[in-house]
Amino acid sequence: MALTVLLSCIGVLLGTSVGAVAGVRRRQTTFFVYSVALVASATALVVACSVFVTDAGSVDTVQLPIGLPWLGAHFRLDSLGALFLVVVNLGSLSASLYGLGDGRHEQAPGRVLPFFPAFLAGMNLVVLADDAFTFLLTWEFMSLASWALVMAHHRHDDNAKAGYIYLLMASFGTLSLLFAFGLLAGADGGYGFDAIRMATPSSGVPAAVLALALVGAGSKAGLVPLHVWLPLAHPAAPSHVSALMSGVMTKVAVYGFVRIVFDLLGPPVWWWGVVVLTLGGITAVLGVLYALMEHDLKRLLAYHTVENIGIIFIGLGLTLAFQANDMRQAAALALTAALFHVFNHSLFKSLLFFGAGAVLTATGERDMERLGGLIHRMPLTAIAFLVGSVAISALPPFNGFVSEWLTFQAILLSPHLPQWLLKFLVPAVGAMLALSAALAAGCFVKAFGATFLGRPRTSVAQYAQETDAFSLTAMFVLGLLCLIAGILPGYFIDALAPVTQQLLGAQMPRQEHLKWLTIVPIAESRSSYNGLLLLILIAVAAWLAVQVIHRWASHAGRRSAAWDCGFPDASPITQYTAGSFAQPIRRVFGSFAFHAREEVDMPAPGQTRPARFHVNMRDLVWDALYAPAESVIGFAADWLNKVQFWTIRAYLSLVFGTVVVLLMVLTIWH
Amino acid sequence: MALILDALVQFAQLLLVLSIAPLLTGYVRKVKAHLLRRRGPPVLQPYRDLLKLIRKEVVLAHNASWVFRVTPYIVFATTLIAAALVPTFATGLVFSPAADLIAIVALLGSARFFLALAGLDIGTSFGGIGSSREMMIASLAEPAMLMIVFTLSLLAGSTQLSTVSTFMQGPEVGLRVSLGMSLVALIMVAIAENARIPVDNPATHLELTMIHEAMILEYSGRHLAVIEAAAALKLLLYFSLISCMFAPWGLAIAGQGFGAFALGLGIYIAKLAVGGFMLAVFETAVAKMRVFRVSDFLGAALMLGLLAAMLLFVSRGA
Repeated sequence: MALTVLLSCIGVLLGTSVGAVAGVRRRQTTFFVYSVALVASATALVVACSVFVTDAGSVDTVQLPIGLPWLGAHFRLDSLGALFLVVVNLGSLSASLYGLGDGRHEQAPGRVLPFFPAFLAGMNLVVLADDAFTFLLTWEFMSLASWALVMAHHRHDDNAKAGYIYLLMASFGTLSLLFAFGLLAGADGGYGFDAIRMATPSSGVPAAVLALALVGAGSKAGLVPLHVWLPLAHPAAPSHVSALMSGVMTKVAVYGFVRIVFDLLGPPVWWWGVVVLTLGGITAVLGVLYALMEHDLKRLLAYHTVENIGIIFIGLGLTLAFQANDMRQAAALALTAALFHVFNHSLFKSLLFFGAGAVLTATGERDMERLGGLIHRMPLTAIAFLVGSVAISALPPFNGFVSEWLTFQAILLSPHLPQWLLKFLVPAVGAMLALSAALAAGCFVKAFGATFLGRPRTSVAQYAQETDAFSLTAMFVLGLLCLIAGILPGYFIDALAPVTQQLLGAQMPRQEHLKWLTIVPIAESRSSYNGLLLLILIAVAAWLAVQVIHRWASHAGRRSAAWDCGFPDASPITQYTAGSFAQPIRRVFGSFAFHAREEVDMPAPGQTRPARFHVNMRDLVWDALYAPAESVIGFAADWLNKVQFWTIRAYLSLVFGTVVVLLMVLTIWH
Repeated sequence: MALILDALVQFAQLLLVLSIAPLLTGYVRKVKAHLLRRRGPPVLQPYRDLLKLIRKEVVLAHNASWVFRVTPYIVFATTLIAAALVPTFATGLVFSPAADLIAIVALLGSARFFLALAGLDIGTSFGGIGSSREMMIASLAEPAMLMIVFTLSLLAGSTQLSTVSTFMQGPEVGLRVSLGMSLVALIMVAIAENARIPVDNPATHLELTMIHEAMILEYSGRHLAVIEAAAALKLLLYFSLISCMFAPWGLAIAGQGFGAFALGLGIYIAKLAVGGFMLAVFETAVAKMRVFRVSDFLGAALMLGLLAAMLLFVSRGA
């Protein structure tokens, strides 16, 4: 029943997509498309939540006679799927709401409106797919729909290149997944997920499938070193689509990884945990370092997605390590942490992209060095963006902190792992996680400070207008959810219990009946956290401080020029910029991570030319991996190009030679 | 009944940290002055400074936003709550299930986040320099702190501060290399977090060497008073943290009666006196380092913390 409703919602979305093509010239189409998308995703969200709340653990399947004739299209709704449906549709709902307001400013609605509902439908379908063919088809559908949205503003400087790289990486990822499913299905070709679960893979297959799933799903999620397309493509799309790609589509990729590795692949081996943990740790730290070096607000947010994907994969790696050693409780804790972070990140990342989109609409600028002081012009957007920044920086009492706290608690259970490699790796990964959390806070001080605080650096920032009510509602709903998930995490952890039960056969202790809504991952003597109490305490302490101060302190106050040690600088360009803010961190980490070199060109005394300062940074991942690949492909293409201009005799000789070689091979083979 | 007693102890600790925090700052200043052969301001001077500040008018820059005006109270409240969660003279605090050590570190992180934002709010170069350097320091100090937390909680089997300090009082601790390393790391972190020499100079007003002072340069009047009080609280918090984790002797256990509480209080004051004296001696003995040497200093702390945690991971037999 629930599944039928969901599929009809998806049908409505696909129909809207077709309808949008027909009505692309009309003005009302924008309103129509986003309203339908809003209603459809709200319905889907309610259905997914109801499945989750009422009969968690039940499984619903539907088979449609489309697709491959002997297979059909299988769809299935279980608790894992329902969780990701909640994430997908919550993101879709808020993005549609935002689109209702911000979509009116769209320059080329014809390039956005038909693909937006299709993209939503694609993400929903991936989560529901229950056979390899449907999964791959809908995965590719989702990729192509989002690619079309990335290319919506294809005349802008770098967008065409971004779209091209995205298309290449997405195809490459799908190819890996194709091989992964091929290996899983085996020679007999049972492509239904049920058949795959039943089958016992031969030796060597699981490791290969893990590697292929890491490449396939990891490239979509943005795991280092497969992240290069993400900071190019996500910001290029319209802002609400950026929010969906960063906040939701990367989660669909995580879903793909979890579905393949935890559900289809069978019991893990301990070194899988090593691989996933290492990749996760490196991704988390590199992602935030890239973000710190970035001045483009939307690109900074995209790099933070890379970081958060790293944190999620740290949780997944811990789960694999615990599961392989049959530590079920610990595995359930680690998986809960990872899945909770999936949910949390989808909330605050969408919120932050909406804020960046509101700034972009108001000023036409994504470059933080040309913004500033927007808190005076866009006060409500500033509040929402601040909430998102605090949440993503893992500061209590917001939600980002809770999932990272749970990950730390899982790490603290790992000394009991018997493998030596894991014993060395896990604390190092813990340090990386701590480092990335601290750097993220620095990065968001920079992002919020450069964009919203200080004095406006350009006239567009000086005369910006607050954004519309729809966009603000979308942001505030998400901000409120960030707070609720932060102060009442127990309910969310309990809601995740059926998922861990389904995947691991274990779950965290129930939290909801604990005293004062405290959360206790293992035992109360071990660790506990209570966001609500903390929020109340801080609020009461701050209120008391305000009361005391206002009762006894002087009320005198006046506005004046800034003190600034007696050098009040007239021009706003003298204030600290995003680049100068990041300079100490670049000095500390950049020389290692990016080979950052500072060049100062100082004129000799007497010369009148200006002094120049330049920072050289290199993307080592690109240099090490993609530049060689690019040159190899270029070389091969050049060579093949020559083949195209041969004479007819040369072609005939080539054909003849090939036939002879093949016959010889056949002879030797037998 | 036990809950009421716990609540009373909690409230007493809250009042205690609130009331003696400026005293500790004044005491450290006094000892430093004596070591430099100066007479120095009276020990009670910080209280007078606070009183004077709250009677003065507030001068706000023209483009100061609400972030600038709200930040002092947020910083003060989060620091106060964090300080109230650290056992001073007795364990068994009623609020301690609300936040473990990791959460206390994160609470201090929240305070720093807002302080750094306030530094950027006016849009001056000094505010920016302070915020940027503060976040650079935090980016190393916070992971180092978490590594120390890892070490201690692996030993005690808990991230709850009360449990950790009860464990450290017990007989099964013994001397461990990990503990030594994490004590050294914790002291380094505490020095950096409290803007003490050699990382930062709390008494400086030389523009280019300021970190913490640069961030709060634009504050005046009651706002500055609240921020100064929060800074004093933070210093006290780190003293309490070090003493309850690494020198928990004399800490009263919940429900031991008033005699134990009085004894615990006396011992706590004595520990503060010894700790403050050592801080003053250390600060007088070393020179402030260049800002970009701070990363080496804190990197060392991070590595020490990581080594300590790793040693524990490895020594937990298979």
